[in-house]
Amino acid sequence: MMNQQWKSQGINLPIGSVVTGKWHNHSYLIRKKLGSGACGTVYLADQGNQQVAIKFSQNGSSITTEVNVLRTFQKVQGKRLGPSLLDVDDWVQPNGSQISFYAMEYLKGKELSTFIQKHGHEWLGILMVQLLKDLGDLHEAGWVFGDLKTENLIVTFPPARLRWIDVGGTTQIGRAIKEYTEFYDRGYWGLGSRKAEPTYDLFALAMVMIHVYYPKRFEKGKDPEKTLMRHLQQASSLKPYATAIQKALYGKYRSSKEMEQDITNQLMNVSNNRLKDQQSSRTHSRTQRKQQKKTVQKRNNSSPSQAKYLWEGAGIIVVVCMFYIVYVILQWI
Amino acid sequence: MNKGTLKQILLITDGCSNKGEDPAAVATLALQQGITVNVIGVLENEQSEQPEGLEEVEEIAMSGGGYSQVVYAKSLSQTVQMVTRQAMTQTLQGVVNQELQQILGQDQKIEELPPEKRGEVMEVVEDLGETCDLEVLVLVDTSASMHNKLPTVQDALFDLSLSLNARTGNNRFSIYSFPGKRGKDVSKVMDWTPQLESISSVFPKLTSGGITPTGPALREAMNQFAPKKRNLRSFLSRDESTMEESGD
Ligand SMILES: Nc1ncnc2c1ncn2[C@@H]1O[C@H](COP(=O)(O)OP(=O)(O)O)[C@@H](O)[C@H]1O
Ligand SMILES: [Mg+2]
Repeated sequence: MMNQQWKSQGINLPIGSVVTGKWHNHSYLIRKKLGSGACGTVYLADQGNQQVAIKFSQNGSSITTEVNVLRTFQKVQGKRLGPSLLDVDDWVQPNGSQISFYAMEYLKGKELSTFIQKHGHEWLGILMVQLLKDLGDLHEAGWVFGDLKTENLIVTFPPARLRWIDVGGTTQIGRAIKEYTEFYDRGYWGLGSRKAEPTYDLFALAMVMIHVYYPKRFEKGKDPEKTLMRHLQQASSLKPYATAIQKALYGKYRSSKEMEQDITNQLMNVSNNRLKDQQSSRTHSRTQRKQQKKTVQKRNNSSPSQAKYLWEGAGIIVVVCMFYIVYVILQWI
Repeated sequence: MNKGTLKQILLITDGCSNKGEDPAAVATLALQQGITVNVIGVLENEQSEQPEGLEEVEEIAMSGGGYSQVVYAKSLSQTVQMVTRQAMTQTLQGVVNQELQQILGQDQKIEELPPEKRGEVMEVVEDLGETCDLEVLVLVDTSASMHNKLPTVQDALFDLSLSLNARTGNNRFSIYSFPGKRGKDVSKVMDWTPQLESISSVFPKLTSGGITPTGPALREAMNQFAPKKRNLRSFLSRDESTMEESGD
């Protein structure tokens, strides 16, 4: 009975089977398993010549909850928050038992960490800015994402666009977070409550950034806060964002907008420093020049280790990075 | 304005009972009294196979209308909160189902509604889950084999109160351990309290013994709740205002 729900992790549909909804009669041809988590299993399927992703769960209530959230997202005009919802139904399996499912837009892409490994670390900040924009819209609509983690982020490419999946944790602001994952949860680290507040998501986002450099994660140890800060300091690739990450971990940002601004500034600074280091003859835009002034001021009071870090950044890799960034900017315009 | 109180027993154990009445029988009785029994079986971190005694875990939970889960000590925290939450949703869904039957006639369950209609019902369930009051009695097995797992249990309970206290509704927790002191089946570790922050001071004092009187301990635990006064449907009558006192 109810205990079955705990065993439901293993929904296994043979490739090539046809799933037909009991209520709406849409048929889907199962193509491959995309993944599974605590609440269900997701398959890639064909509906006619359209590719869709279908999430199955024996726990009908979690399907209903997620569908509710996706429906709400669709009412937020002009914004693409989460994959779009295509169908909700039940499937009576050949053995007679019934499972609930919903079909959604298939997001063809890579998981965030895989994408960054393949395409380079300079993408992290850029993608986080996208995520912060979406989170800002979500928060404005009165929701908190909740279960924000690397596995729930997919990058479609090209052009690079970060999208989130799995809205199972999405909670109305002010309520108790519905679903979370310890590593990304501020409560676990002793750095805040499990109330749904924008700061809850920003903490998780900071952990996403950290996780990219610690794919195996790490345990909280005796002094969770210290453990966290030590790992943050030790990840040299995170240095440019360390201040922003730290602020997010301590709940200092009042909105995602503020964090977005900080990370954007950092991105602009880094690229300009690199340009200067290369004494590049490229023409700078007016805004970039303004940014450069800021950078100079900043660098005057930066510590020697920071300066060293910046010089380390010079070299061929930098040129490549630069072209990437220029490429991205061009993509955006 | 009170929406009624959900009552749960959370049993944390690592093996089978060896004294007194059948815990599954007591769990059945508890459910009849409106108390859900959830059970978490704790494995040693290195343990690879599931020991036989843990079959009982599932039996008790099924009898008590709750959830069971067998986990390694290190993933206890998240499991404790998941089990508690799932059981809450389950119970509330049952309550809403009863209400639906009242309105729509026999056999109308959430799962039998068309998917479009389920959304609204689920919203009601979620609202209730957020706002209802909750009483959780945690019953911890402190027999010798559990000894080195107790610090993890303590962490998990602290974590549970963190999760539940993020809700709008009120919570009350209490902790009992078995076997009890001086040959008794069960001892009170902590009386009903809204916060579990103070548990760190009580846990080290727990002594462990050889026998595991799960059934009798469960019966004692059940008696710590006030007797059933009204049926579960009163969750939905918003203007009922009786706050249930626990019998100590
Ligand atoms: N719309 C989608 N497009 C592509 N892949 C998806 C989609 N939804 C889910 N997946 C894949 O399936 C996995 C599990 O889905 P998810 O919704 O996170 O399940 P759970 O709630 O059980 O964690 C994801 O990690 C992802 O790899
Ligand atoms: Mg997931």
